[in-house]
Amino acid sequence: MNPGQEKLVYTLPKCMNDIPTHFCPGCHHGIIHRLVAQAIDEFDLQDNTICVGSVGCSVFIYNYIDVDSVEAPHGRAPAVATGVKRARPENFVFAYQGDGDLAAIGLSEIIHCANRGERVTIIFVNNTVYGMTGGQMAPTTLVGQKTTTSPYGRREDKEGYPLKMAEILGSLEGTAFSARVAVNNIKNILKAKKALKKAFQVQLQDIGFGFVEFLSACPTNWHMSPLDANKRIETELMPYFPLGIFKDKINE
Amino acid sequence: MSENKERLLVKGNEAIAIGAIDGGVECYFAYPITPQSDIPEYLSRELVRLGGEFVQAESEIASINMVLGAAACGKRAMTSSSSPGISLKQEGISYIAGSELPAVIINITRGGPGLGGIQPSQGDYFQSTRGGGHGDYRTMVLAPSTCQECYDLTIWAFDLAFKYRNPVLILGDAILGQMKEPITRWKEREINPNEGAEWRLTGKKGRKQRILKSLYLDEGAMEQHNLRLYKKYKSMETDLKWEEFMVQDADVIAVAFGSIGRIVKSTARKLRGQGLKVGVFRPITLFPFPYERIRELARSGKKFITIENNTGQMVEDVKLALCGICDCGFFANMPGKVSTPEDFIQPIKDQFN
Repeated sequence: MNPGQEKLVYTLPKCMNDIPTHFCPGCHHGIIHRLVAQAIDEFDLQDNTICVGSVGCSVFIYNYIDVDSVEAPHGRAPAVATGVKRARPENFVFAYQGDGDLAAIGLSEIIHCANRGERVTIIFVNNTVYGMTGGQMAPTTLVGQKTTTSPYGRREDKEGYPLKMAEILGSLEGTAFSARVAVNNIKNILKAKKALKKAFQVQLQDIGFGFVEFLSACPTNWHMSPLDANKRIETELMPYFPLGIFKDKINE
Repeated sequence: MSENKERLLVKGNEAIAIGAIDGGVECYFAYPITPQSDIPEYLSRELVRLGGEFVQAESEIASINMVLGAAACGKRAMTSSSSPGISLKQEGISYIAGSELPAVIINITRGGPGLGGIQPSQGDYFQSTRGGGHGDYRTMVLAPSTCQECYDLTIWAFDLAFKYRNPVLILGDAILGQMKEPITRWKEREINPNEGAEWRLTGKKGRKQRILKSLYLDEGAMEQHNLRLYKKYKSMETDLKWEEFMVQDADVIAVAFGSIGRIVKSTARKLRGQGLKVGVFRPITLFPFPYERIRELARSGKKFITIENNTGQMVEDVKLALCGICDCGFFANMPGKVSTPEDFIQPIKDQFN
């Protein structure tokens, strides 16, 4: 091919390091990391961002996204982010949390952070299992879903029901934007990016708390091929966790 | 009185809050608990008036993690609580120590275990001086015995926290927090605005990314990290502080800290009146602990008794200091009991036999 005919169709976001990730094949963390990095670039925030890492598969986010970062204890990222934002309101502050981190051990921190209307953006990755520890039951595990700690499937009369965080947080006055998105196909990825940018915007425009829940595949712990895992998002997750925007103060 | 000072009549808790302001606190996060609620009440009013940040957090756990976040930005950050609340903060304190961040934590202790009671107790000595949370770390621990020391040591705590990039704990108790006495307040105190400039998070503009963390997975990395922390904790011995009261010619030295240290001084005065040569050794830094000085005094032939408002915690450090040179008596003033100087007369007298 002549040099003149070359067309660049994809490049790494500027704020993303060009290194291999530790994620399993078919894991959606990589896509979600890229979307976050693209949003940081598009709002020109790399120099001004402070990232709060959490405990779980995404703990190494600071190795991939080249911004100032602090690591939070398990579940406490919204409290750490509150401390960061109160200390430096001029910075863009985001945290990236998994479902065990945010919806189980850190439920109190996320609810109160949202309710205070902290000017922070929380990215929530819901793959219905504890990934890093080997696929145990999460607060978002679906009823009937087998995991290493729900070997007979999650029982509604014993373990209860999966928490719908985007709806719960959307119901709070302090939340300015709350949405649930997926990245299992191109169309959903594009929608996800739009929602993510709004969750950035509500912080940048000082409107309130911003939240995006990503439905995410975990082929390893679902014991599925990446393609089947993508399908599961559509056939099993979406009927219980509907995609949509549950709060949007930008358009109010 | 110089122009740079003023005289105030305040409670110990207020002295700590005022000390925090004069120590340059910028962010304060807390949750109410007796007997320290005067601190959040004072700072929610005065710190906010001065332009600082105050959040009444949803829990002790959240408040210590807010401290972690603000500390990562190089701010002078503080939280305060009382024993059960401090237990909840231990996770965060461990992370702050592991991430090497400066923070000041106030513990106005109450009795335990469990919900215990709001009466005085020194039952948190072990928790304070042995790290308190998981992992092999230490916090610096300062034990005031007067309202003036509540003020002075709080100011010093912030300087130490930044000097060592480490949590510094003020270990008070219900007696100290709730009693009122005059203090001298400094009017002006400069704090370097570039404090923490070489590590704090600001956004990476014009420099490389900074990561503040406590996770070390690579082979050998955690070993190196722990070795560095160990050396740091050893180096804190340069800031050892204690008070010696009529120790020079004493035959028996009573070792006590905090409010008990102060009460024992009154006992020593009474016993001196009876012709008994009693001195008091009051550690002010509980970690690092003044082992070497106690050892020196032991070598000169003095006898020791440790008196605490618990069933025997600091006495273990005193015995470590004595290192077989001599034994150490112990008198336990049970948690929940407010003691008087008379309570300690007989236990100290017994050491002369």
